[in-house]
Amino acid sequence: MPPEASPLPTAPARARSTTPEMLTGSGAILRSLEKLGVTDVFGLPGGAIIPFYDELMASTAIRHILVRHEQGAGHAAEGYAAASGRVGVAIATSGPGATNLVTAIADAYMDSVPLLAITGQVFSTLMGTDAFQEADIVGITMPITKHSFLVTRPEDIPETLAAAYQIASTGRPGPVLVDITKDAQQNSAPFVWPETVELPGYRPITKAHGKQITAAAQLLAESKRPVFYVGGGVIRAGASAELLRLAEATGAPVVTTLMARGAFPDSHPQHLGMPGMHGTVPAVLGLQESDLIIALGARFDDRVTGKAELFAPDAKVVHVDIDPAEISKIRIADVPIVGDAREVVIDLTSAFAEVTSGQKPDLAAWWERLEALRAEFPLGFSEPEDGLLSPQKVIQRIGQLTGPEAVYAAGVGQHQMWAAQFIGYERPHSWLNSGGAGTMGYSVPAAMGAKVSQPDRVVWAIDGDGCFQMTNQELATCVINNIPIKVAIINNSSLGMVRQWQTLFYEGRHSFTDLNTGHETRMVPDFVKLADAYGALGIRVRTEDEIDPAILLALETNDRPVVIDFVVSRDAMVWPMVAQGVSNSLIQYAKELSPEWDDEAPPAPDASRQQGGAA
Amino acid sequence: MSHVLSLLVEDKPGLLTRVAGLFARRGFNIESLAVGKSEIAGLSRITVVVDVEELPLEQVTKQLNKLINVIKIVELDYSQSVQREHLLIKVRVDNVSRSQVLEAVTLFRASVVDVSTDALVIEVTGDTGKTTALLRVLEPYGIKEISQSGLLAIGRGAKSITDRVFKN
Repeated sequence: MPPEASPLPTAPARARSTTPEMLTGSGAILRSLEKLGVTDVFGLPGGAIIPFYDELMASTAIRHILVRHEQGAGHAAEGYAAASGRVGVAIATSGPGATNLVTAIADAYMDSVPLLAITGQVFSTLMGTDAFQEADIVGITMPITKHSFLVTRPEDIPETLAAAYQIASTGRPGPVLVDITKDAQQNSAPFVWPETVELPGYRPITKAHGKQITAAAQLLAESKRPVFYVGGGVIRAGASAELLRLAEATGAPVVTTLMARGAFPDSHPQHLGMPGMHGTVPAVLGLQESDLIIALGARFDDRVTGKAELFAPDAKVVHVDIDPAEISKIRIADVPIVGDAREVVIDLTSAFAEVTSGQKPDLAAWWERLEALRAEFPLGFSEPEDGLLSPQKVIQRIGQLTGPEAVYAAGVGQHQMWAAQFIGYERPHSWLNSGGAGTMGYSVPAAMGAKVSQPDRVVWAIDGDGCFQMTNQELATCVINNIPIKVAIINNSSLGMVRQWQTLFYEGRHSFTDLNTGHETRMVPDFVKLADAYGALGIRVRTEDEIDPAILLALETNDRPVVIDFVVSRDAMVWPMVAQGVSNSLIQYAKELSPEWDDEAPPAPDASRQQGGAA
Repeated sequence: MSHVLSLLVEDKPGLLTRVAGLFARRGFNIESLAVGKSEIAGLSRITVVVDVEELPLEQVTKQLNKLINVIKIVELDYSQSVQREHLLIKVRVDNVSRSQVLEAVTLFRASVVDVSTDALVIEVTGDTGKTTALLRVLEPYGIKEISQSGLLAIGRGAKSITDRVFKN
């Protein structure tokens, strides 16, 4: 994120000479959050955070949304942040309250989500004694936070929260945890708001080196087969408009990763789609056959590269990232560029114009190859042989009937991949998912958070029957707080992605992936009854002619959340697919169907021994 | 190959856990670790010896730099720095061996800091080559106990690791 996004919002002007106001630590937390411009927080009180909740009750500036499980608060704060670009705030008590946040914090760390987690801690005098509800949450979260703080004195609260906010929102965004002891909340101190935050060990580089930019522009001008490999960093940096200008100036193809769906319009002719394990054939082979990869805010994740040593063997790499540690971590960069994606893209666009004197390079032969792949291997799906609903069609219709202005938050598994493939994304912040961590249960609370930050947009949770059962308690939060999200359960009665792997790589032995929620099962739970019990509108869809009316009814219903139980075929699989641990050249368009590509053998069925997500 | 990293860090609770945890998490083995105050109040200096190749070393250095409390990292090359270890060694002695051990102590410019009837505690400071050699010499007499500091290192010449930190 650009540094301007971060610093401390200006405090209302006060006379300097007056002595600072005395506040309790709890009052200082509230005042600090207000000064930081926080307007919405998600949380659940407990013994060690009661003093702060006592203050919060009186606040008019901050809306607190009481969740039903702290994990829900964490993902809601993530969804809030991912849909708006602002910092999401989650609050929990000590011990189990704090540990329930851990999954969401880890998720935010993997996907670079600006998240501020505030936890209560037992009295500082009791710390280390195994006190009731004591857990070393700072220690627990060290490997999964950008930074964490323990505060034991009320006078340290303003500066610590200001620093936490700045760290979370600048540079490569990420989660920051602030653990505040109960005595620090109860005791009083003068409230002094820092004008600036001094962090000598934290200086993100946003402006890249001019020499490197010129080198990148030179490579781009000379390349015959360039590809822009666009990652989530472009969305976090707010660089979509700038990327569009750069891409159009060069005429080069663009691929957007799972984290970057929407960073570049799907409808744009230069867009080849999503790369990676379930990417489009043109995107996967486009990268594979390229002679130059311009990686923008992307990190060469194993789900994108396949076997990294065999990834894009002829490509030179320009790697742009605000985190120096990402550059050359997996793939050695020929031109490393440390900087904010937005600033770098702007600089690269002008450098490219200078190098080429405004002449577009001739990429006709490259596009001929890519267009041939695009014509031969379009994204598609076949109707299930069992005559049951096609999950892809359901998801496609949701996207078509709702449109690109909506926000779509997916869980993890098959439905996530289909939602990434078959909904057209035209704008950043419209697609939210748990990409790095692969957290089942992300969808419902994340959609809830997104709806809080974007109340005027339609927000869909595209969820699986497995994922939904992990966090659906937040439907209660949505109903009570009037947050009318729409949940589409793609109910294939199983942990679908694991089942797909079992079908493909474990001789069809479907070990413990049946959930009994679908066709010809006991349907436990009955999702429609469950929705009803929560006070949401529940709809069941079993046949194709019911799809559109159900979606339209959901779109018309805005006085409460809607849950649609789409009971779909369990045999549908996610294609294309590159099996784990093999070269991306071995992409399969559909089962047993690889594109004509040298004489390499199809992937060995046993190439994969790790578990995917679930649906 | 062993590399010596010198870290300037903020003296904050949990700092050592953050640094050590990062090495463990990314799969690097710390060979030696020394922590102490620096010349600036509130800042500590950590000297880490880690056995890695060039490329992973670059990665671990970048990851360490991301820790908010880490202010600066430099790699100290052997020829461009002074590197020292500090050892306390308890050696078994009797009336026959005592003089031989004392002779070794003199040769190595070590010193005896505790004497009892059947043991000596020897203090020695030096680079790894010297301390290893002394240990080899003492071993036949019976080493009962060793307490060893992590490697300390400082760059040669007038420049200091803090020189460029607080200018901007």
